[in-house]
Amino acid sequence: MSTTEPLLRMSGVVKRFPGVLALGGVELEVRAGEVHCLLGQNGAGKSTLIKVLSASYQPDEGEIHWDGKQVALSSPQVAMRLGISTIYQELDLVPDLSVAENIFLGHELSTAGFSQRGETIRRTRELLERLGHGEIQATRSVGRLSPAAQQIVSMARALSQNTRLLVLDEPSAVLDQGEVDNLFRVIRDLTAEGVAIVYISHRLDEIRQIGDRITVLKDGSTVASGLAVEDTPTSELIELMTGRSIEYVFPPRGETAPTDGEPVLEVIDLELPGVFSGVDLSVHAGEIVGLAGLVGAGRSEILETLYGARRPSAGTVRVLGRELRRGSVPDAVKAGVGLAPEERKSQGLLLDQAIYRNVTVSSLGRFARLGFLDSREERRRAREVTESLDTRPAGVDRLVRLLSGGNQQKVVLSRWLLRECKVLLLDEPTRGVDVGARAEIYAVVRSLADSGVAVVVVSSEVEEVLGLADRVLVVREGRVVHEGPASEIDESRVLDLVMEGSAA
Amino acid sequence: MSKHSTTHGVEDTATASSETVRVEHAAAESGGTSRAAGLMSGPFGRNLGLVVALLVICLVGVFTAGDRFASVNTAMTILRLAAVVGVVSIGMTFVIIGGGIDLSVGAILALSSVWATTFATQAMAADTHWLVMVFVALAVGGACGLVNGVLIAYGNIVPFIMTLAMLASARGLAEIISERRTQIVTVDGFKDFWSADVLGVPLLVIIFALVSVGGWVLLNRTTFGRRTLAVGGNPEAARLAGINVKRHTALLYVLVGLCCGLAALMLIGRTSTGSSTHGTLLELDAIAAVVIGGTLLTGGRGTIVGTVIGVLIFSTLSIVFVLNNQDSSTQAVAKGLIIVVAVLLQQRLARRSIST
Repeated sequence: MSTTEPLLRMSGVVKRFPGVLALGGVELEVRAGEVHCLLGQNGAGKSTLIKVLSASYQPDEGEIHWDGKQVALSSPQVAMRLGISTIYQELDLVPDLSVAENIFLGHELSTAGFSQRGETIRRTRELLERLGHGEIQATRSVGRLSPAAQQIVSMARALSQNTRLLVLDEPSAVLDQGEVDNLFRVIRDLTAEGVAIVYISHRLDEIRQIGDRITVLKDGSTVASGLAVEDTPTSELIELMTGRSIEYVFPPRGETAPTDGEPVLEVIDLELPGVFSGVDLSVHAGEIVGLAGLVGAGRSEILETLYGARRPSAGTVRVLGRELRRGSVPDAVKAGVGLAPEERKSQGLLLDQAIYRNVTVSSLGRFARLGFLDSREERRRAREVTESLDTRPAGVDRLVRLLSGGNQQKVVLSRWLLRECKVLLLDEPTRGVDVGARAEIYAVVRSLADSGVAVVVVSSEVEEVLGLADRVLVVREGRVVHEGPASEIDESRVLDLVMEGSAA
Repeated sequence: MSKHSTTHGVEDTATASSETVRVEHAAAESGGTSRAAGLMSGPFGRNLGLVVALLVICLVGVFTAGDRFASVNTAMTILRLAAVVGVVSIGMTFVIIGGGIDLSVGAILALSSVWATTFATQAMAADTHWLVMVFVALAVGGACGLVNGVLIAYGNIVPFIMTLAMLASARGLAEIISERRTQIVTVDGFKDFWSADVLGVPLLVIIFALVSVGGWVLLNRTTFGRRTLAVGGNPEAARLAGINVKRHTALLYVLVGLCCGLAALMLIGRTSTGSSTHGTLLELDAIAAVVIGGTLLTGGRGTIVGTVIGVLIFSTLSIVFVLNNQDSSTQAVAKGLIIVVAVLLQQRLARRSIST
């Protein structure tokens, strides 16, 4: 293999769906042994491009060269035979099969139809050790592994079939910092062996750490290709992705955080056995409180419990002085609490239903007389609210599935805006949301707070918590270990607090 | 669509070449055709396919049986045949859209028919008003549905298993109460009312029509229907949106139970009997009608109109076979084929609507 000829060259790739030009002429060149980062906002065409690459989709136009020869990626089997493997965001493993069975699923080692158990397990161990994870048991069922370990299993599966190009779609989304470091180590080992990596992530700092070159997509076209990571400033990347430069992502806070008067939300001594205990929290009208902590520290569970989605063993939650029934979401919603859940697609949205139905689902009573709905009024109000948040594309009869992550989040926010909630709980509000839409969501959250809503934000990104919140609570192993104004604490101090226990 | 393309066009600042703008316009134009395609694959188009299927079966009937098929009498026979299974299928549509299934409808119908006719056959027949039968049938159906619903929603029993258990025990209870004898209704008022014709249309058919219209309104125009779609489409999202998913699920089974009670009364009216063998395999007919009507077995999507046409397809098919002196076995084979073809078509349509 010569070094001048790239392993993969895609040129002029066009993919149309009815009514949508998903890819309008994409160029991508990947060399053997490099980490090639694919950047772009949601809806820029990254997912479609990956699917063309893994041959789930057939392009309408364009050429694909592999190893210098033109190829047609006509079926996933062809792509696999060439050595192209993709690890999607949602891992596609069978939870009830063992690690070894998952790795060799579809190309089982067998003699005359009988599976070679011993050989399968031996080869599995080899693969896992090559990935630096010899501790994962080959016979364990995948469903009992952590998300990080499951991802390693997916990579082992890719490697089991002689992969030369590995596509990783937002691999760090489910990982904490230590696991990400480990993933990067694995990636470096693979590139040292000559495997090419296409790496997709929203986190620009990661790309800086791991990437060699960058291709940027916008609105289905390549706007920059083969940029060297070290020579390209982040501001330029953001500008390429969004078509504008963003300097201040976070909206300015109010003059003074309003902490006088009765709190809107009051949580006293809340406990969920084995997850968290003794959580006190009070949030005033117009205040944004952030919860920082590691994945698994109990942040999301605190939100879900005070929302009634989990039943606490002790403690009280009051909204405007009224005590909520334990473990009752309808009661919390009635009292004016709203939640934008962590897993937006699976917990927050009715993906195959129209936008307006997703917006009005929590306020149906308001549009009903004797149980009969006034759907014209529903659409009108939903349109007002979604337009006030600049949800794109406009039109409330579209299916939510067809929207980008940022716009889907706006639909969830519209739901609670319409409901005129008093307390808004946001769990990872910008996960899977691109840089441009993030700033918009931050602005929406701040303006909601300014209008008198009490907001609680949970995020894995410390920067986000510090930038958005007025007051910060740091959670470690189910306990609040620090509470104070966001302006008096910095990222490294938060990380210290978060890590303290594990360092000891 | 045009608005979409213009906002996008404005957004493309530095990188926007005339070419991308042209491409955006092309996309906007093809959007027009996709809307038409969307209409075809939406409820309208799907039902259009069903209507065509029904017409084809009718044409076969006309060609093979001629005037014997193309008569008002035959039409009424078809509708009367459709009425009982139709009422149950409307209820079943709600349960399936809500993400569940009810295998016990036939057994609940049998139990309702037996329990109601017990009041009309034994010693108390003389001083029992026939409205008592109506009340008993609906109460038994609703109660069975409530048991199903509560144990599924609050006891976390899988619907398939719970209603399978109900299927066995409700029919067993019907056998115990009736001592496996057919109970003949002797209360006059009941027969007079339920087998009456209104302007030449059997009351059974009118009830089926009313239940269908009521079901359509309930699904498409009320909070109950909207919640049913939400609960079936994504139960977790529905729960976190503040919908009481457990209570709603329980109510869906009560609804189908009430439909079974009503269907039991209709069947008693048609046959003058209550029996523990009434409604045998009714669950399969109802589920088949719902599924070929385009309702997803996974929940979240479905139409009442589709179900009604589905029921009519099967009952028309039966009559065509009977008029051609074909036995019920051939009919069963044809039924199976229709189910497979309908589901295959449905999958193709679903795939097309997802890729748009």
